[in-house]
Amino acid sequence: MEVLVCVKRVPTVGGAIALTGDGRGVDTRMSGFTISPHEECAVEEAVRLCERYGGSVTVVSLGPAEAEEQLRSCLALGASSAVLLETGGEEFGPMATAAALHSVAASGGFDLVLLGNEAADTGDYQVGVRLAHLLGWPVATGVKALSVSAASLEARREYRGVTEAFSLPLPAVVTVKEGINLPRYPSLPGRLRAKRAAVTRVPVPFTADPGLRMTSLRVPPAARRQATVLGHGADAVPALVSVLVGLGVVS
Amino acid sequence: MTVFCLVEVDGDAVADASLRALTLARDLPGGLAAVTFADPPLAELAAYGAADVYVVSGIDGYAPQAWARALGGLLGGLDGLGDAAAAVPPAVVAAGTDRGNEVLAHLGAITGLPMAANCTAVSASPDGALAVVRQRWGGLLLEEAVLEAPAALLTVAADAVSAAPAAVPGAAAAHLVSPSLHAGDLAVRAAEEPAGAGGASLATARVVVGGGRGVGSAEGFAPLDELAALLGGVVGVSRVVTSEGWRPHTQQVGQTGTKITPDLYLACGISGAIQHIAGCSGAKHIIAINTDPGAPMVARADYAVIGDLHEVVPALVKALRSRA
Ligand SMILES: Cc1cc2nc3c(=O)[nH]c(=O)nc-3n(C[C@H](O)[C@H](O)[C@H](O)COP(=O)(O)OP(=O)(O)OC[C@H]3O[C@@H](n4cnc5c(N)ncnc54)[C@H](O)[C@@H]3O)c2cc1C
Ligand SMILES: Nc1ncnc2c1ncn2[C@@H]1O[C@H](COP(=O)(O)O)[C@@H](O)[C@H]1O
Repeated sequence: MEVLVCVKRVPTVGGAIALTGDGRGVDTRMSGFTISPHEECAVEEAVRLCERYGGSVTVVSLGPAEAEEQLRSCLALGASSAVLLETGGEEFGPMATAAALHSVAASGGFDLVLLGNEAADTGDYQVGVRLAHLLGWPVATGVKALSVSAASLEARREYRGVTEAFSLPLPAVVTVKEGINLPRYPSLPGRLRAKRAAVTRVPVPFTADPGLRMTSLRVPPAARRQATVLGHGADAVPALVSVLVGLGVVS
Repeated sequence: MTVFCLVEVDGDAVADASLRALTLARDLPGGLAAVTFADPPLAELAAYGAADVYVVSGIDGYAPQAWARALGGLLGGLDGLGDAAAAVPPAVVAAGTDRGNEVLAHLGAITGLPMAANCTAVSASPDGALAVVRQRWGGLLLEEAVLEAPAALLTVAADAVSAAPAAVPGAAAAHLVSPSLHAGDLAVRAAEEPAGAGGASLATARVVVGGGRGVGSAEGFAPLDELAALLGGVVGVSRVVTSEGWRPHTQQVGQTGTKITPDLYLACGISGAIQHIAGCSGAKHIIAINTDPGAPMVARADYAVIGDLHEVVPALVKALRSRA
């Protein structure tokens, strides 16, 4: 089975997010870069499927030259080829992103395209669905369990405490969420292989998505509440019970 | 023009996330119309200001692309969309749930329109452009954006907008509509299965008892389970707990887990990393139990108990049992 996984280079966010001076981007001078946990799980899922059924995993990223770093980490985890859709570092909208990914997805005889349910940074919740429409393939989103047979796949997700199952003919697009698996750590041979592997580079000119334009970013005011310390250890329990009664959660 | 709001129905009530979506939808200019794919709770929709209620028939269960096609049909067909005479474009609003985001992404793909996910506020300017505020980074950042399109498609961040009935109720006049579907629209549809453990879901629970690394082990959760049961709530956990395999990922609260909006979140042994806060900032009240008074979770809480959760939680369970 041939699987394509789409991953996006994003800053690693630790204790807080700082903005650039113009308020239009995240200050990355002090941070490293990574891909989102959902996408790490997408890579792991693809590698497991190919270990089980044969075939190979290709990873693709639309991003600046430096996104090669994220592609190489995916190669270290078991992907066998990588495509960098190289930009000048502009922020592509979801439509332009889907169009760029489509050029790779439509070319390679893929049975399955995996994406994250949402990107860690912009959180647009739509690139996978738009890509599926461009390909004319069925799509399932928010998937937390996946099983594949010869010509179809079964995808499951949670919906208000209920499991929803979708069955899709292949080829298909699936967006996954963290929790679908526990990703492995890269092995030493994997890392060595990733260092030597070739990354195909394709330049992609910037096009702006029509209609939706970001003007600025801001950090929401921290909901720092005035914590009342009810006490220390078990001695605080009577006060805690009164608070629970006050909030109406116990009668 | 009309603001169509996709309403998810939960049993015989409007889903909480959809009430929040209806509340934000009222900030858009135009008459509010609810769209349901199930029996509509008309009284509740009236209270939230719906002038009209479109009940879509002929689609059995959840089929995302078919739902999107039906909403597209209500928008009046794509030809009408370019109508320059209409100063205020129509809009389609949905809750920022798995379903809401998915259906509106399909609608965006079908119509070629942009879609703004997880909006927290919206306001119209006279020229028809919309100013929207939407979440990035799971709500850790807010984006200010301008939306100028033949129709506005947006979903509403459930944890950042609270539900409020309209000052003036709507007529909630019901209309039955049968959508004209395209081939393949029903190819992907949900089969619902009973959930494993069942019970209240994390996203809609009124009380969530949270456990983090401080719980220490899978077995350590027994008193938290007991406390959750006593409070009529459910257990939620941090990412450390799911990575350790102490609890399934379905119970994870946070940026890459579930966003919760309970009346009470009781966070035990959780430090309060920003990715965790991204999932619980919609809680009305927070109580933290932590050995470290300097933990960010304590700073974000309304009340705190400083101490070992292995001592405090069993004592609390005992005290609550003796009241019953
Ligand atoms: C991209 C990304 C996404 C993420 N998504 C999520 C997410 O969705 N959800 C999430 O939770 N995290 C998420 N994380 C992880 C997050 O950054 C933190 O690592 C995690 O939330 C920490 O979990 P914790 O609070 O249980 O553990 P710790 O940070 O180790 O905190 C343990 C706390 O328990 C207290 N404690 C210890 N022993 C006791 C005791 N006996 N009694 C009382 N208190 C005690 C300590 O004082 C401390 O405050 C994400 C991280 C990244 C990079
Ligand atoms: N620049 C990109 N390069 C590769 N994949 C991307 C890119 N942007 C988004 N994606 C994929 O699309 C998913 C959903 O993104 P979004 O719709 O922007 O939230 C992500 O989790 C990625 O798998």
